[in-house]
Amino acid sequence: MTDDWRYGGFGLYVHWPFCQAKCPYCDFNSHVSAKIDQNAWVRAYLTELERYREMLPDRVLNSIFFGGGTPSLMHPDTVAAVIEAARDIWTFANDIEISLEANPGSVEAGRFTGYRDAGVNRVSMGIQALNDHDLKRLGRIHSVAEAKAAFDIARNCFDRVSFDLIYARQNQSVKDWERELDEALSMAIDHLSLYQLTIEDGTAFGDRYERGKLRDLPTDDTAADMYIATQEVCGKHGMPGYEISNHARPGAESRHNLVYWHYGDYVGIGPGAHGRITIGERRIATETHLAPGNWLEAVNKGNGELTPLVLTPQDRANEYLMMGLRLSEGLDLERFVQIAGVPLSEIRLSYLEELGMVRRDGFLLKTTEQGRSVLNAIIKELLVD
Amino acid sequence: MTDLAHIRNFSIVAHIDHGKSTLADRLIQETGTVEDRDMKEQLLDSMDIERERGITIKANTVRIDYTADNGEKYVLNLIDTPGHVDFAYEVSRSMRAVEGSLLVVDSTQGVEAQTLANVYQAIEADHELVPVLNKIDLPASDCDRVAEQIEDVIGIDASGAIQVSAKTGQGIHETLEAIVEYLPAPEGTLDAPLKAMLVDSWYDAYLGVIVLVRIMDGTLKKGMRVKFMSNNTLHHVDRVGVFRPEMEMVDSLGPGEIGFLTASIKQVRDTRVGDTITNDRNGTEEALDGFKPAQPVVFCGLFPVDSAEFEDLREAIDKLALNDASFSFEMETSAALGFGFRCGFLGLLHLEVIRDRIEREYGIELITTAPSVIYHIYMKDGEMLELHNPADMPDMSKVDHLEEPRIKATIMVPDEYLGDVLKLCQERRGIQEDLTYAGTRAMVVYDLPLNEVVFDFYDRLKSVTKGYASFDYQMTGYRTDNLVKMSILVNDEPVDALSTMVHRDRAEMRGRAMCEKLKDLIPRHMFKIPIQAAIGGKVIARETLSALRKDVTAKCYGGDATRKRKLLEKQKAGKKKMRQFGKVDIPQEAFISALKMDG
Repeated sequence: MTDDWRYGGFGLYVHWPFCQAKCPYCDFNSHVSAKIDQNAWVRAYLTELERYREMLPDRVLNSIFFGGGTPSLMHPDTVAAVIEAARDIWTFANDIEISLEANPGSVEAGRFTGYRDAGVNRVSMGIQALNDHDLKRLGRIHSVAEAKAAFDIARNCFDRVSFDLIYARQNQSVKDWERELDEALSMAIDHLSLYQLTIEDGTAFGDRYERGKLRDLPTDDTAADMYIATQEVCGKHGMPGYEISNHARPGAESRHNLVYWHYGDYVGIGPGAHGRITIGERRIATETHLAPGNWLEAVNKGNGELTPLVLTPQDRANEYLMMGLRLSEGLDLERFVQIAGVPLSEIRLSYLEELGMVRRDGFLLKTTEQGRSVLNAIIKELLVD
Repeated sequence: MTDLAHIRNFSIVAHIDHGKSTLADRLIQETGTVEDRDMKEQLLDSMDIERERGITIKANTVRIDYTADNGEKYVLNLIDTPGHVDFAYEVSRSMRAVEGSLLVVDSTQGVEAQTLANVYQAIEADHELVPVLNKIDLPASDCDRVAEQIEDVIGIDASGAIQVSAKTGQGIHETLEAIVEYLPAPEGTLDAPLKAMLVDSWYDAYLGVIVLVRIMDGTLKKGMRVKFMSNNTLHHVDRVGVFRPEMEMVDSLGPGEIGFLTASIKQVRDTRVGDTITNDRNGTEEALDGFKPAQPVVFCGLFPVDSAEFEDLREAIDKLALNDASFSFEMETSAALGFGFRCGFLGLLHLEVIRDRIEREYGIELITTAPSVIYHIYMKDGEMLELHNPADMPDMSKVDHLEEPRIKATIMVPDEYLGDVLKLCQERRGIQEDLTYAGTRAMVVYDLPLNEVVFDFYDRLKSVTKGYASFDYQMTGYRTDNLVKMSILVNDEPVDALSTMVHRDRAEMRGRAMCEKLKDLIPRHMFKIPIQAAIGGKVIARETLSALRKDVTAKCYGGDATRKRKLLEKQKAGKKKMRQFGKVDIPQEAFISALKMDG
């Protein structure tokens, strides 16, 4: 038994698919529903977890993550029941991280102690912006004042509190963002997720963008400047970027997300949740029914899962590449060979080195500062085909 | 066999979009030639491309039985001809097979350039013309004005013009009556050796080559042996038939009739359009005049996007050429694009049609290089070379002078757009030859270099006149001019497929425009890319494509692994479809788009 399962760790992701309102930029699996039978959901989560008891015995669980949707709409008892069931199936690591995504509204703040008593030890709050006008534009239902109040309650409740901001918003200048970031860093404890606004297909923003109605977004060049400014400002405050969009004081990185980026194993339960599990020599991609109703129905019939897929060495190689290069610590080239069966192309690596996009540090392949902001281009250069 | 007095052979002359195909549909429908349930739009246009673009490319034929108001039964043979300038040769030969034409003019639009071009061909073929004013159901219809215009511009009597709405069917009966009454019956002698005109031919996978014929004298019978007089080849006639518009077999065809024969002929190239067909023994002595074969005037390279598909491309081109004698090709090798074919076309539409057919019917994605015309290069040693491809331009120090082909272009345009049209023609090095008015429409005649027209002239003309101008042209000859080869360098590497011939005085302007275009067309790379235009070793224009600064996925967590991996893999596959020049990927559309001038 090892607590660092095949180097990447082992995590459990629980998806809660409901929100009070749908945000126009969000392409996650979220739904607005008037009435939710929490008991039915608890039963379903437990049924799903139970399937993994035999499949993945003798594992040490490094992390649980309640994501969504808005998991802070879950009843604390629901959260507690899932955590207890996981504890019954697997051994918890001594330093297990149990995170929950929370909306920074007053109602949620009232449930924080309940979550803490259930075992949650880290919350990640979707504050998104520190000005009310932009919050409204992002379709958020909270105000800055409410968010700050909820954040204060959270930090009194939990040791570890992170929050998210979205930047490169409409009409935002580099200066605007630097000011906002300064304010954010003065609030931050030890972890921040800073995302550039991405216009995704199938969202309200995507639709508006297609119709030319989403105006005054920063140009790619301005967005690139904002990204560089973000790295500099956060670095100065002792919160360097450990991943493309995530910043932490050393040691305070999100362990759950590191499982993804280290390409470890994770079980995904709840509607539309994905997992990556290793059974024997096979690495399996799991996925569940997307629509909450369908998922619930399928689980009640015994299994919420769609047909699992065995990943080819090529799939695995490309996933590890895509995930691993996001980390500042770099991608382990030896592990890459184990996963892919072949090393990365030497020609392409040297080409990227020549361009100043990557550098090798022993067995680690790291992106340079310049390379990070064009990571997709680097990955496309290196993908195995 | 029908007696001569009860046959009428005709074609329809019209500008594109004036309703020719719809009128043909109505004539077929009204006479019950095709049952209503089998009726579909543009019945005679069988190719997908024809239906989609609303154009006719190949001439098509239909035999219509019609009982006239006088109680007599007539056979009407309609040859539907293409309207586009690229296929003018096809129009001219079809006209030789019939005695009269319906001159269809859109009563909301009036006479257009192609009306004129086609009507002159009909007049040249001694046709009787029946003017038809179409689209009278539309509110903008103005029959009096258009009839007057026909008289002014074309110079024929339009007082008896038939008013028709091919859409509603109004006037269709009158049209049929006019065909019987005003168009002449064909002439010919039954008791004479066979003399038939080979009007057209095409390949059919089941029957071999199908030969469209017009019988002048004598009889064509199934089972007989015939001689093609141009090459003295003998053939056994397997089938004789007519089009309704589906093929229908008959035993024989007599004088004045139009139909087809098959004779186990394998290649369209073995049948020469305009040839005379006669009996193998005791045939006619006198061959018909024959037609001038159509010559390609526009050339471009066609390369498979996936170089592994070269053999498939060869096969596709071979097959298309079987059916299209006007399309020429030879193998071409490009440093940039690998193996492909240099192909010759009758014009740009012809090029697009062939390219579309290869992509669609054979599923081969193509890179099309800059279209070029044929230049005459006079070397200092007196030799003359034909240049089909700018990449083959010889060393300028050995060249004495160059000639380029010119055309006479006729443009009809409402006078409010005249200024823009003149400006466009001046920009394209045109020399004005004539400018006249018919009502509020101007007719301008320009002498233009073909090179300036083949590419995007027609698109530009449509855009500056909001679609109101019409255009037609004919080749006139060659003239010396100060022409140079302009090369394009991307990241300091010359890209042969982007070389063009330009006039020296316009080289800087064209070079700048192309560099700017390419800067937009080539995606940003991880490094900056200089894009230059050069004449010989001298750079005349330069742009720099700055390096990619941002291409990163903001969020990538456990649930994103599958989707985002697939997206990146797909983007990488897309990148592979681009062509690599040194380290630069150039998208395939860039080879054509870079040449478009926005004015």
